Order: sequence, then C-alpha cells, then structure tokens
Amino acid sequence: MSKDLRNPLARARGLGSAKDGVHHWMLQRVTAIALVFLTVWFLVMVLGLLHADYATARATVAKPWNAVLLIAFVVTAFRHAVLGLQVVIEDYVHTRWLEVGSLIVIKFIAVLAALMGVLAVLRIALGS
Amino acid sequence: MAQTGRPLSPHLQVYKWQVQMATSILHRATGIILAVGSLLIVWGLAALAAGEEAYACFTACASHPLGMIVLVGWTLAFFYHLSNGIRHLVQDTGKGYAIPSFVRSSWLSVIAAIVLTVIVWAFVLTGGHA
Repeated sequence: MSKDLRNPLARARGLGSAKDGVHHWMLQRVTAIALVFLTVWFLVMVLGLLHADYATARATVAKPWNAVLLIAFVVTAFRHAVLGLQVVIEDYVHTRWLEVGSLIVIKFIAVLAALMGVLAVLRIALGS
Repeated sequence: MAQTGRPLSPHLQVYKWQVQMATSILHRATGIILAVGSLLIVWGLAALAAGEEAYACFTACASHPLGMIVLVGWTLAFFYHLSNGIRHLVQDTGKGYAIPSFVRSSWLSVIAAIVLTVIVWAFVLTGGHA
C-alpha cells in the first residue's frame, strides 16, 4: 500500500490540502523582502521631514521617485498585512462565521485604505 | 474546531518560559500593530493631500504627548517586526535552526529592535539635526 494517502493527481499538481500551493507563503515572503527596503526608505524620508513645513512635505512627496516608492509601499504594506492577519484569524478564530466575516472585513478595509493612500499620493504628485 | 473539553496543545501553562516563545508571538502581535499603524500612515498622506489645515491637525496629533507614545510604540513594533522578519527570511533558507543559534538570533531580534528604536528617538528628540 502506498504511504501517501493523497490522490496521485493531487500530488502531481502540488497544490496541497488548501488547493492553493505555496502562493500565500511565497507572496508573504516576496512582499516581506520588498518591505524591508520600502519601510526603511519610508522611515528615512519621514525623519527627514520632521521639522518641514507643509509646502516642503508636499514637494517631497510630489517628487516622482518618492511618489512611485510611496505607492509601492502603501500597496505592498497592505497586501502583506492582509496575508499576515489572515493567518492570525485562521489560527485563533474558531467560530466559522466570525472567521469568514473577519477575513472579508480585513480585505475590504485594506483595499479601501490602500486606495485612499494611492489617491492621496497621486493628488499630491499631480498637484490637485 | 471540535469542542471536546480536552486540554489543547501547546500547553503554555506547563512550559518553561523561553525567548523563542516570546519572539514568535511578538512577531504576530507587532504585525497586527503595524497593520493598524498603516491606517495612520494613510491618514497622514490623506491629510497632506487634503490641505494645510488638515495636515496641521495631523502633525498636532503626532506631536502631542499621547501621539508620541503611539509613535514610539509603532517604532518599536516596526523595528522588531523588521529584524525578526529578516531572521525568518534567513531561516526560510534552512539556516539557523540549531537550538543555540535559534535562541541567539531570537535575542538578536529583540536587542536590535530596542537599539534601533533608541537611535531613532534620540535623533527625533534631539531635534532631528544629528
């Protein structure tokens, strides 16, 4: 008898019991690597703006490279946050409707917040 | 999960406290803190886009003593999640799983987080002109 109880086709597809393969795991790592650089860059930029007035802060964010990196930072941060919060919820929320409900709620909040952040940067960068 | 009434693993109440337990749960805790903190970053960006008045309101909140306490907490959470996250990325390559090095890297994450937080806030509180 085979030691592996899984269907040979399921094993060949390599998607595991969640039917999702290593997508979640891999995306969490890739966004983490991006965030190592993006967050440190963001912190340095914010520290540079400590005593800046409104116009200086706006002009800094409006610089093309800063705007691009800020948008990348906001999108990546919320993507990474949802992946992490998802695992925490799956591990600790044992009431099914609460689990599914909170998984949907964090996704809605993250998408809205990311869109708000991106729109804010675009408004500053495009000067409206 | 089936409610059997039997004790669940891990049996935290009988474990001797070890630094790896703290670094593991702290990574999740700081991750949750940073997720909430990201909303504050969006608030700051939205305020900057909205105009001078909204931005003044944001900076007033950020420089209020309570706001500063939140920011110090955010900085510590950020540096901890960063250093321990890098530790996890290294471990993903299969390195550092021997118990002594696992314990050592755990402490390294905690100490690095504290040191980096102190450096950043020394810079902020001395006027940011270092």
